[in-house]
Amino acid sequence: MIPLREIAFARSGDKGSSANVAVFGRTPEAYRWLRDHLTEGAVEAHFRPLGVGRVTRYDVPNLEALNFVLTDVLAGGGSRSLRVDSQGKALGMALLELQVDFQPKK
Amino acid sequence: MPPPLKIANASGFWGDQPDAAARLVAAQPDLGFLTLDYLAEVSLSIMAIMRSKDPSAGYARDFVDVVRSLCPFWSAGGATRVVTNAGGLDPDACARECAGVLRAAGLSRLKVAAVGGDDVLPVLGSATGGFANLETGALLSTVAPRLVTANAYLGAGAIADALRAGADVVITGRVADPSLTVGPCIAHFGWSPADFGPIAGATVAGHLIECGTQACGGFSTDWLDLPDNLSIGFPIVEVSADGSCVVTKAAGTGGAVTAQTVKEQLLYEIGDPGNYLSPDAAVSFLTLRVEPAGADRVRVSGATGRAPTDSYKVSATYRDGYKAHGMVTIFGHDAVKKARRAGEGVLLRLQGAGCLYREHLIECLGTGASVRGIASRMSDTQLVETVLRVSVAADSREPVERFAKEIAPLVTCGPQGVTGYAAGRPRVLPIFGFWPTLVSRSAVSPTFRILDGTRP
Repeated sequence: MIPLREIAFARSGDKGSSANVAVFGRTPEAYRWLRDHLTEGAVEAHFRPLGVGRVTRYDVPNLEALNFVLTDVLAGGGSRSLRVDSQGKALGMALLELQVDFQPKK
Repeated sequence: MPPPLKIANASGFWGDQPDAAARLVAAQPDLGFLTLDYLAEVSLSIMAIMRSKDPSAGYARDFVDVVRSLCPFWSAGGATRVVTNAGGLDPDACARECAGVLRAAGLSRLKVAAVGGDDVLPVLGSATGGFANLETGALLSTVAPRLVTANAYLGAGAIADALRAGADVVITGRVADPSLTVGPCIAHFGWSPADFGPIAGATVAGHLIECGTQACGGFSTDWLDLPDNLSIGFPIVEVSADGSCVVTKAAGTGGAVTAQTVKEQLLYEIGDPGNYLSPDAAVSFLTLRVEPAGADRVRVSGATGRAPTDSYKVSATYRDGYKAHGMVTIFGHDAVKKARRAGEGVLLRLQGAGCLYREHLIECLGTGASVRGIASRMSDTQLVETVLRVSVAADSREPVERFAKEIAPLVTCGPQGVTGYAAGRPRVLPIFGFWPTLVSRSAVSPTFRILDGTRP
């Protein structure tokens, strides 16, 4: 198992109490792995400790990317959330900590 | 084909680097436009509070200093024009102040325009129905008496009109962030409002630069590996007549413009990439091509656009109580255990004093608290230091003020090793609820007005 950051980069941002996390393959092979394995369910499970609601995945093949929208993951968001990460700035890094079973082709 | 229009961003948010604009025009004097973004989701509510104490404080005063910093450039013949949403709640006042600065610098020839019409508080305030919360579906009546601001995200139209009328500095209130870039493109290339293809491309260009250095490696995954990451350049888009663009940055600045930095910013704060809704066009990012075009140059092309919807998005805010965060550092063995116990003690003491909070939170920073429960790599017992952060929220101000007085006593009644308390008592902050909704285009009339720079 390796951390996702070895095969992907990411970017997170907020919209009200929701956030998005975009994940990009570092190589075409890595993108195909993401596309086939990084499901809405896997991302929902990863962020469950933060009380995430519905997770929606949008495929962006032209950017070799997946965009995940995480509803209600910010405990109120911007002005209201009491959390140190009230705007989801850390969520991209948090997803890249996910341990994945990626086997590069020899 | 006419040559590309060069548009740079010199501010990604209210509080960004104050000298970015002056440095940009010094490094790249051939820029057609500078755009500066000051307004996040709840910025206008902060301006509303400032304005209630000082009637002249309804806009981003930082921008007036930016105008002052550009005067030597303009006096020396520089021709870069400026478009910004620094006007906040009061674009007219901001424009008057800027015109005064220009006059004092002997630059009365430069015209300042104010764009208005985004304030829809009267529309929401008098509504008997509708304007449900787009996120939750809740009815406006649940918050109507507590509304502080309600502003429609205007499009590029009035900005383009002001530029065509000869404005050199255009100051708006709430507009969609990319429209700060689309407006100059419409005025420059003579696009019609129905040229959705080019407008979609310019919208993408505007989205790419609206967050300042984030297009050039700021906030990027591989930030640590960037060249000269302590002086990352602000982004420049060279927009062509077909709406495609090259993203770049001024020579001599740090960071990098690569396919990676551009792709990260493309999907920043995006929902459905196939349906990015701006007031100027509905844009699909699914047809975009991102290609290297030289050192620190990336070409972005292929955006597709359709007609925008018949409504404007509205960002309304309402008063929703108060909060405060208190922080102290705790060093020593069992630091996290001590911090948690000390934090609980603060809350218990307040409970004993009869203070009621609708929400509270204890965080021990250093333990992975930013995303509690995810991706923590070491056990809490291995940490020799943590920052205890205690937060409360209440409907009224008094219990939060009392909380603010209960953090410092930990210095003498908490564990040995409590330190880092020098910042003093926590500040009591008003909470503003965010109320996204829609308003019919027919209820909104964007306008612009050019100030006569020759008279006060």
